[in-house]
Amino acid sequence: MTEPIYRADVLVCAGTSCESSGSRSVRAALDEELAKAGLTDEVRVVETGCRGFCSMGPVMIIYPEGVFYCQVKVSDVPEIVEETLLKGRVVQRLVFTETESQMAVPYYEDIPFYQKQLRVTLRNCGVIDPTNIDEYIARGGYEALGKALSEMTPEQVIEEVKASGLRGRGGAGFLVGLKWEFTAKAPGSPKYVVCNADEGDPGAFMDRSLIEGDPHTLLEGMAICGYAVGAHDGYVYCRAEYPLAIKHLKIAIEQAEAYGLLGDNIFGTDFSFHMHIKEGAGAFVCGEETALIASIEGRRGEPRPRPPFPAVSGLWAKPTNLNNVKSYANVPQIILRGAPWFASIGAQRSPGTAIFALTGKVRHTGLIEVPMGITLREIIYDIGGGVENGKKFKAVQTGGPLGGCLPEEQLDLRVDFDSLRQAGAVMGSGGMIVVDEDTCMVEFTKYFLTFATAESCGKCVPCRMGGRRMLELLTKITDGRGEMKDIDEIETIAAAMASGSLCSLGQLTPGPVLSTLRYFRDEFIAHVQEHRCPSKQCAALVQYYVDPVACKGCGICARNCPTDAIAGGRRMIHIIDQEKCVKCGTCLEVCPFDSILKVSGDTVAVPSELIPIGTFSQ
Amino acid sequence: MPQVKSLDELRKLREQVKEEISTRIETGTTIIVGMGTCGIAAGARDTMHAILQELDKRQISAHVRTVGCIGMCAREPLVDIEQAGKPRVTYGNVTPDMVPRLIEEHLKNGHVIEEWVVGRKTTDEIGL
Repeated sequence: MTEPIYRADVLVCAGTSCESSGSRSVRAALDEELAKAGLTDEVRVVETGCRGFCSMGPVMIIYPEGVFYCQVKVSDVPEIVEETLLKGRVVQRLVFTETESQMAVPYYEDIPFYQKQLRVTLRNCGVIDPTNIDEYIARGGYEALGKALSEMTPEQVIEEVKASGLRGRGGAGFLVGLKWEFTAKAPGSPKYVVCNADEGDPGAFMDRSLIEGDPHTLLEGMAICGYAVGAHDGYVYCRAEYPLAIKHLKIAIEQAEAYGLLGDNIFGTDFSFHMHIKEGAGAFVCGEETALIASIEGRRGEPRPRPPFPAVSGLWAKPTNLNNVKSYANVPQIILRGAPWFASIGAQRSPGTAIFALTGKVRHTGLIEVPMGITLREIIYDIGGGVENGKKFKAVQTGGPLGGCLPEEQLDLRVDFDSLRQAGAVMGSGGMIVVDEDTCMVEFTKYFLTFATAESCGKCVPCRMGGRRMLELLTKITDGRGEMKDIDEIETIAAAMASGSLCSLGQLTPGPVLSTLRYFRDEFIAHVQEHRCPSKQCAALVQYYVDPVACKGCGICARNCPTDAIAGGRRMIHIIDQEKCVKCGTCLEVCPFDSILKVSGDTVAVPSELIPIGTFSQ
Repeated sequence: MPQVKSLDELRKLREQVKEEISTRIETGTTIIVGMGTCGIAAGARDTMHAILQELDKRQISAHVRTVGCIGMCAREPLVDIEQAGKPRVTYGNVTPDMVPRLIEEHLKNGHVIEEWVVGRKTTDEIGL
C-alpha cells in the first residue's frame, strides 16, 4: 500500500449546527462512496469546525477548487463523488443560489454572506481539522508562543498586547493588555490564567464554535498570557452543554503536551504551563467573573463585590487573569503579526473584528466575523441577506439578554464597543437577533427579562426583586391591564437595578427594557392607553373575527376550533364567540378563503345571529 | 511524537506538515486533467496518478484538478497547465510515461513542449 497523495480535500463542517443537521451521516456516506469509486488515496475528507453559514448546513467545501455545497444530504453524496470529485464538475443544484437574482454561486469566496466578512479570530475555523495539531502548525500555529518565549520578555508581550488596543471580547471591552499588566504586577504567587467559555446567552454560539473549530488558538493565547503574567496554570471554564467543544479541547491539550508545546519546559525554556478544564453546570451567572471563579473553586456560583478584582485576588485568592475565549484567540496573531497590524483593522478605539451569532428573522443566519466599525445595515442586509419572507425590519437586539434593541433609524450605526453603548445597546458576548414587524416589542422584552430573572442567583436584592417586579409590570401591560404609571415604575426599578446590583447580571438586566422604552415607547403606550398591540401578538389584546362578507360558510374553521367557539352551518356566515375564543389562531391558519380577521384595538361588525352567506349588510 | 524544543524545530515541523493543508492554500500552479467519460476511457486516471506521484517525488506544490469534457475527445487524456501570469497550455494524448518529461520541462525548466501542445489560452481569453 503506497502512501496516499491527496489532490483534493473535502471539508465537511462538523460543528454543532451542521452536526445537528446531519453532517455526520454525510461524512460516513462520503467515506463509503469514495471507497467505492477508488478515490480514498487521492481525496481526503476532513471534519472541520464551523464555517458560519449555519442556515445552509450541512455545508461542504471541496478544495483546491473551493466549491461550496449547501444543505448536503446523504442522498447527494454519490453525485458529489461521481461528478465533482471524479470528473471535476460542479453539481449545480447544491451550490448557493442568490435569492434575488437566482444566480448560482459555486465558489466559497464569491458568496455574498462571506464577502463583507473578515476572518481574523476565526481564521482557522472551518479550514483545519481541529483534532489534528499538525494542521494548526501548518497554519503557523504555536509560532507566536515560540516567538514570545524565545524572543520576548513578559513585559514586551504585555506591551505588544497593550499597543494593539485589543479590548476584552466578553462584552465590557476592557483593554486586555492593561488587565494582563495588573495581574503581572499584582503581588502573590502562584498566579492563574482563566478563560471564560461559559457562553450563556440564548442564541450565542461564537465561543463554542471557536473552541470546536480551532481549540489550539485558545490554548496558545492562554499560554502566551501565562508567560506574560507569570502563571503556570490555565483553566478553561466551559459549560458542560458543550460536549464537542470540551472533547476537542481535551484532544488539543493532549496533542500540544505530546509535542511539548504545553506542559513543562515549553520550547526548551524554563516556562511551564499546564491546562485544566472545568466544566460548568450552565448557570448564566457563572459567566460573571467572580461567580465563575467561585464555581471553579467548588463553591456556589455567586458573584461577590469588587474590588478586589480578580487581577489582585482571583482564583484561590491569587492574582488571576480572566478573559473571554475570543480575547485570548486574538493574541497569537497579535504577537506574530505585530500590534500595528491588529490596530489597523476595524475602528480606531475598537480595533480588530467582532464576531456575531446572527439569528432571528434574517435570511441567512450563522456565525459571522466582521471588522469593527461596519454598520448594522451591512451586517443585516449584505451579510444576512435582509429580513426573510419580505417582512419589514423592526429591530435588532445586540448583546444577548442583557443587551438592547435598536430600531431602523439606528441601522447606520457603526458597530463597536462605544457607539453601541451610546445607542443604548451593548456589544456583550455578540448575540445579534433580528426581529420583523410581526414581533411585539413589549413581548420581546419580556422574553429577555424572563431569562435574566430566572438566571438571577438571588444573592443581591436589586437583581432578585427588581427583575421580578419589572416582569410583573410588563406582564400587566401585555395582558392589557397596564397603566401609565407602570411605565414610570419600570424606569424607576431599572435605575435602581443598574446602580444597586452586585454584578453586571443585575446591572444590565434592565437593558432590553430601557432601550425598548427609548425607541419603541409608543408601542408600550398603545398597549396601555389603547389596549392595542400594534404587532397583534399579545393574546389578551387581540381578537379574531370571521369576515362576514368574505366567509363562504364552508365550516372548516368551526371544525378545527379547539374550543368550539365558532358557530355556523352550511353556507351560513360563521361567528366567533369572543368569550369562548382562546386566540390560538387555528381558524386563521385553516381558512381557505382568508376570511378570518385578526385585529387589535379595532372591532369588526358581525351579524348578531346566524344568517346565510351573502346576506350581511352593516 | 518528537518534542519541539525550539522555534526552529517548530518551523521545521511546519515544513514537514504543510502538505496536510496544501490543497487548501493558493499555489501558483494548477494542473488540470480532463476527466470526462472520454478522458477516463482514454486513461486519464492513470495519467493523473502519474502526475500526483511525480509532483510528490519532486516535492512540487501544485494543485491537481479534474474537469469535465471540453469536446476534444480524440486528444484525451488532455492535461492543462496553468501558471500565474502565463498562458494556459493544453497538452493532448498525455500518457503516464510522458508525465516525468512534462513536469521536468514545463514546471521545472519553464519550457513548453511544443510538439505535445494542442492549444493555449491567454488569461484574458479564459476570462480570469
